[in-house]
Amino acid sequence: MSTATTTMPPARTLPKFGGFSLGMIKLELRRMLRNRRTVIFTFIMPAVLFLLFGTNSAARTERAGGGNVTGYILVSMAVYGAMLATTSGGAMVSVERAAGWSRQLRLTPLRPLAYIAIKLVLAMTIGLVSVAVAFAVGSLAGAELPAHAWIECGLLAWACALVFAAFGLFMGYLLPSENVMQILGPVLGVLSFAGGLFVPVDQLGHTFATIAKFTPVYGVGEIARYPLTHDGNLWLAALNVIAWTTIFAAGAMWRFRRDTARV
Amino acid sequence: MGHRPGRALPQDERMTLTAQFMAETRGSGQLAVDLDGVVKRFGAVTAVDGISLRIRPGEVVALLGPNGAGKTSTVDMLLGLSQPTAGTVEVYGRAPHEAVALGLVSAVMQTGGLLKDYTVEETVKLTAVLFGRPASAVGEALERAGIADIGKRLVGKCSGGQQQRLRFAMALLPDPELLILDEPTTGMDVGGRHDFWTAIREDARGGRTVIFATHYLEEADAYADRVVFVRRGQVVADGTAAEVKAMASGRTIRATMSEPSEAALAAIAGVDSVEIRGDTVFLHARDTDAIGRHLLNHTDARDLEITSRNLEQAFLTLTADDTTGSTHS
Repeated sequence: MSTATTTMPPARTLPKFGGFSLGMIKLELRRMLRNRRTVIFTFIMPAVLFLLFGTNSAARTERAGGGNVTGYILVSMAVYGAMLATTSGGAMVSVERAAGWSRQLRLTPLRPLAYIAIKLVLAMTIGLVSVAVAFAVGSLAGAELPAHAWIECGLLAWACALVFAAFGLFMGYLLPSENVMQILGPVLGVLSFAGGLFVPVDQLGHTFATIAKFTPVYGVGEIARYPLTHDGNLWLAALNVIAWTTIFAAGAMWRFRRDTARV
Repeated sequence: MGHRPGRALPQDERMTLTAQFMAETRGSGQLAVDLDGVVKRFGAVTAVDGISLRIRPGEVVALLGPNGAGKTSTVDMLLGLSQPTAGTVEVYGRAPHEAVALGLVSAVMQTGGLLKDYTVEETVKLTAVLFGRPASAVGEALERAGIADIGKRLVGKCSGGQQQRLRFAMALLPDPELLILDEPTTGMDVGGRHDFWTAIREDARGGRTVIFATHYLEEADAYADRVVFVRRGQVVADGTAAEVKAMASGRTIRATMSEPSEAALAAIAGVDSVEIRGDTVFLHARDTDAIGRHLLNHTDARDLEITSRNLEQAFLTLTADDTTGSTHS
């Protein structure tokens, strides 16, 4: 760039990719992992829930698809963990807005869209770790899945959790609270029940089972378990995920635009 | 920072003092800041009501005024955090958000803007990453802000003064041409305030332009070479601290005379009031230089002492005249 100033400090150029950089992701990741609550809720709790409810001898011996019920519950818990992780990753923006950090970032070359992209990468990264931890615990605790299902279920649980990264971002922009996860944690719990993650939907009774199919957790769970069960309507589940991702992403964009346009 | 002579103002412009500085002599003549007829409204409230202000590179300017005068609104527009309702804002010839992104201008804000689960060093490192500065710049900024020893401390565990110095370190990172400080020492104790200003002064010696908003009058007096008074969204006075003090409230000449005559002294052109205590006389006036010359040339006055009132009094004179009906809009 050309500059008319006589003193010539550093070459003044804008960063590549609007400030999206590995360096920032690394620092942010380190900060997230420093937060004990994040670590407990996203990495440890899903694995503990799995050990509590999925490893009794009945579950280990009963078959489910190509594996056992322990494996089935493991995939559900991995979905739950990925969901918690991506939601809390997205919801970080709430804390950062409350602290005035977002405003501080506006005094840097970081573009708002690069900031969102970094939040999504972070959310998906801890989501992946959460799934990996659950699967590692599961493999040691008697979960049986066909070899291909270990990989496919894990990847699908993780990838579909993107819908909750969008959800987290939306809520992060919507709720100004510093403790947004204290609200979202229970909400995710209720949604997980409603979506058949803790109890299979068909055990809930006909009316409830029908409603369940329209809640945001249902699709993710169905898709993630499909490589194991080969059961249920995959198209309906995919439609569910796409619809909710669109809704949450649109909501996040709407709040995001309002936030950055506030002058 | 050199002294810039001001212009004596006619009596009827008492409240709108515009110091006319020597023409663009510094640098290439590019202005650091150019505010032209800037207006900022929030609904029915007018926070900034037509401010025009030109600041040249290298100046250290205090933006002084009571709460709600429009200081922070002006700073926000300089940083591109908000857009003026009318008028134009340019920083080094660019739109503010552009100047900010390029690191030409940076700021130390009043409060907030820090994450308490980052360490001091990580916070500065992140800023370095965003501005594309090398890792060596991090240690340098920490050093210059005087917080190199607490680099590993979590921000949440730092005192208010330490957090403010961290903001300062972050602001130094892009090596900005213009540094803006918005009430930088609010909440600091006397020692912390002194250390902070020592660091800023040290830094400004290198020729950086500095604008600081403050309501600590002594800070403006001690650290600025130009003071801009803002009241109700308008500039009501602009000059060196000494000029503004003198223009706003005049100076006092004290002299010793053998047989002072009140009538004769009051007759000297420009004298506002005369006070005689024995052989000591006190003359209050705006242009005390001319009176001093007159006293020395035409009377037996000796031991002359010229003092200005402090900025506090100037501040009160300029800002507390709501009832006198002075309007400049």
